[in-house]
Amino acid sequence: MTITLFIPCFVDALFPRAGISMAEILEQLGHRVVCPEDIACCGQPPFNSGYWDEARTIAAPIVEKLKNAEAVVIGSGSCGAMIKKFYPELFAGTRHEADAKKLSANTWEFSEFLVRKLGVTDLGAKFPHKVTYHDGCHGLRELNIKLSPRALLGKVGGLELVEMKEDVCCGFGGTFAAKFPMISTAMGEVKIANAAETNAEYIVSGDSSCLMHIQGLLSRQGKPMKTIHLAEVLNQR
Amino acid sequence: MSTFVSEFKTRATEKTGDVRLRQFIRTALRGYEVNRDNRKGAFQSWESARQAAAETKWEAINHLDTHLESLVAKLEARGTKVHWASNAAQAREIILKIVTDKKARSIIKSKAMTSEEIHLNHALEEKGFTVIESDLGEFIVQLRHEAPYHIVFPSMHLTRDEIRDLFQKEIGDVPSNSPEDLTMVARRVMRQKYIQADIGFTGGNFAIAETGMISITENEGNARLTAALPKTMITLMGIEKVLPRFSDLALFLPMLATAGAGQPMTCYNTMYSGPRQPGEADGPEEWHVVLLDNRRTELLADAEQRDSLSCIRCGACLNVCPIFRNVGGHTYGTTYSGPVGAVITPHLSGLQDWKHLSNASSLCGACTEACPVKIDLHHHLLQNRRNASASEPAFFEKLAYKIFGIVANEPAFWSLAKKIGWLTQPLQSLVKGTALDPAKAWTKTRDLAPVQKETFKDWWRNRK
Amino acid sequence: MSERENILGRIREALQTKAPLPGAHGEVAAHAPAEAPASHASEWLPSVGKTPEEQFELFAKNAADLKADFQLLASREELKAALVKISAAEKWSRIASHDGELSNCASKSLGLPVLLTDKGYDVNELEKCDASVTECDALVAQTGGVVVTSRSTGGRALTILPPHHVVVARREQLIADLPAAFALLQKKYAPDFPSMISFITGPSRTGDIERILVLGAHGPKKLTILVV
Repeated sequence: MTITLFIPCFVDALFPRAGISMAEILEQLGHRVVCPEDIACCGQPPFNSGYWDEARTIAAPIVEKLKNAEAVVIGSGSCGAMIKKFYPELFAGTRHEADAKKLSANTWEFSEFLVRKLGVTDLGAKFPHKVTYHDGCHGLRELNIKLSPRALLGKVGGLELVEMKEDVCCGFGGTFAAKFPMISTAMGEVKIANAAETNAEYIVSGDSSCLMHIQGLLSRQGKPMKTIHLAEVLNQR
Repeated sequence: MSTFVSEFKTRATEKTGDVRLRQFIRTALRGYEVNRDNRKGAFQSWESARQAAAETKWEAINHLDTHLESLVAKLEARGTKVHWASNAAQAREIILKIVTDKKARSIIKSKAMTSEEIHLNHALEEKGFTVIESDLGEFIVQLRHEAPYHIVFPSMHLTRDEIRDLFQKEIGDVPSNSPEDLTMVARRVMRQKYIQADIGFTGGNFAIAETGMISITENEGNARLTAALPKTMITLMGIEKVLPRFSDLALFLPMLATAGAGQPMTCYNTMYSGPRQPGEADGPEEWHVVLLDNRRTELLADAEQRDSLSCIRCGACLNVCPIFRNVGGHTYGTTYSGPVGAVITPHLSGLQDWKHLSNASSLCGACTEACPVKIDLHHHLLQNRRNASASEPAFFEKLAYKIFGIVANEPAFWSLAKKIGWLTQPLQSLVKGTALDPAKAWTKTRDLAPVQKETFKDWWRNRK
Repeated sequence: MSERENILGRIREALQTKAPLPGAHGEVAAHAPAEAPASHASEWLPSVGKTPEEQFELFAKNAADLKADFQLLASREELKAALVKISAAEKWSRIASHDGELSNCASKSLGLPVLLTDKGYDVNELEKCDASVTECDALVAQTGGVVVTSRSTGGRALTILPPHHVVVARREQLIADLPAAFALLQKKYAPDFPSMISFITGPSRTGDIERILVLGAHGPKKLTILVV
């Protein structure tokens, strides 16, 4: 299968290891991976801020470029939700409507792609650490991703998964984090308190954007707990 | 920046800084969640029940005119006087006239968010009437001269010590700070008030079109007493509260209790279909029902968000909302707080003044998941943002997104932007978190993730 | 034009635009609403068991959870004895009741002054009563609660003002669930409903202080259900 890897803007610039891990894992499974170099961002920041025209400016070329892709895989539940759930809405009643729906149907969040499309859970990874898993809200509630990441982590050698008691948002929320930093920070504090209760060494997530927020708080507060993207865990040997 | 948003931010900063209060609220709502999950688990199918509830309200709201006509015809046939109020001022005027005509002195009230919405207590007190809130939580916040903190749990922000001190000052003779003793103090105060009051005032949870009834849900029995003893009863209710059939209550009553408070059933669910009827022992001689529009019809006209009129005011979305939990109910500065308040307030009180409530959300969707009538709450927040930006765009924000679009669409610009980001990092770290830092909204409390020397795209290109 | 016509006019105008169908933004496909969507509520609400024995067991469990006192008694003599025992323990000196076959039988057994509310009463007298003894329209297994009305149980205040409410009921009054309760009320009364129908599910309560349960906020502190 030819897989088009969609690398979100912040993964490209800030968390390349997550993207590299995805590319390597998919290639090791015997697939041809392509990555369009002229795509930078899915358009979520203007979309979530209410600037739908500006979002369409970014999203329309993406729909054009990817409409015939066999499978688009994206390492973020949030950007995945943008393409799968919100592109059809954004382009409703425009000439891109049909292509946006087609792209939506062929787009997969990384963990869902492995588990539900490829039927793979055991990647032979080893990560002998105690971890907890943070569900990014977009992945969890827009795309109903809950079981796939856990199925994958369940097969990682030496890994112990401890769930957090509360299932709450980390407080990132895109531009919300900058527009209402006091609320965003308070939510993040609740999240890291929940994570700390598990005594895990790592917070794992399928969303680098949430991890960016959580890690930013952990570092500032001098907490030893670390964050890591699911794909990086699955790529450890 | 409008004063509403700057006030919101000021209060949010203050409340998120109150770690004790945040922990207090979180603990209380954790308890709620455990009970709610137990009660939901007892349903044979909570999800099917939700779907049916959503469809029932859909039917009610999308045929609101016929249901209201049926409701009113049935109410009037049994001697109830029905009044229609297009806005808050009209509703206040109608109620003031009834109270004045009855030469009333004191009014006992059971909990009604609609009365908060029209600022009724203030209007009545200004004319010299005594108003007593009988719901314990409402009584407490009334003594403190503040608005309810939560639409279902009005005094949940207060500790027993604070309530003891309040009662000691306002009432006296408070034996201890135990919730039991404090409740009994209020019970004692209130008992004679019911008997002496000239007017009993209530809200309404559901109105049944088929049978002409108004159903009131409560735990304390204060609404039952309010509707039993005074000679005149007044009920103020939004026009959206209709349910088509009497039997619909069999679904809605347990769902309201489960979603709202984690109870199997609220203690008293009472359907009123008229004033005292011939042959009955007691009850008010007159019953006035005031139906309130107050821009609900504007919300109705927005077909995309019409489902927000399905709201049964259970408070479930507030309880699960991480924003509400951290900033609390008073920060919103609105009658209806939490996610549903953020959705409907821009429609009821003006989009540009209240759009910040829709922006003050991480769009996590916990509200939508919790809503027993499946209102698409967090997507409505997105729609409010879109509508606000379309009608009155913020100049710099729009410009920033225009530039961002150009950079994102042109690989050379995008590469350059990453390089600039990488190169300027050392400079940024010098001013980190200070007023000079362009990213200070982030860096005041959080570290920035560094831009990598070799980005993913670099790696991809290099290996080819 | 009256405000009634103004409001109805705005509603009709607003409804010219059609709303997305139920399910349009959910996990289920968009579809027209079902006919009387709530009519299958029995299939979704908490299960209630099939036999009267199971349902009495459930009623007992639910009533206990609500902190109501429920006693299933073998005869009217036992019922009278149970009531006498409660009266003695709480040192009742006067009670209120209404004119009913079973309620008369129960309330007269105490030998105390009984205020009957049916034909009107002085509310200050009712307030002085230690308890009320009333019948009910139904016992609901699903909730552990009872249904009373302004017509069948002595008015609106009798079942809410006195500090202890004792319900006396007959075994055959037990019904399975809430849909059955609403069907029963409809059959018994429609279209001439009592002006008040109340589902009472446990004694009065509040959680308004630190979310801690306290019984007897305004209504009865105790609810006793004696079934014969």
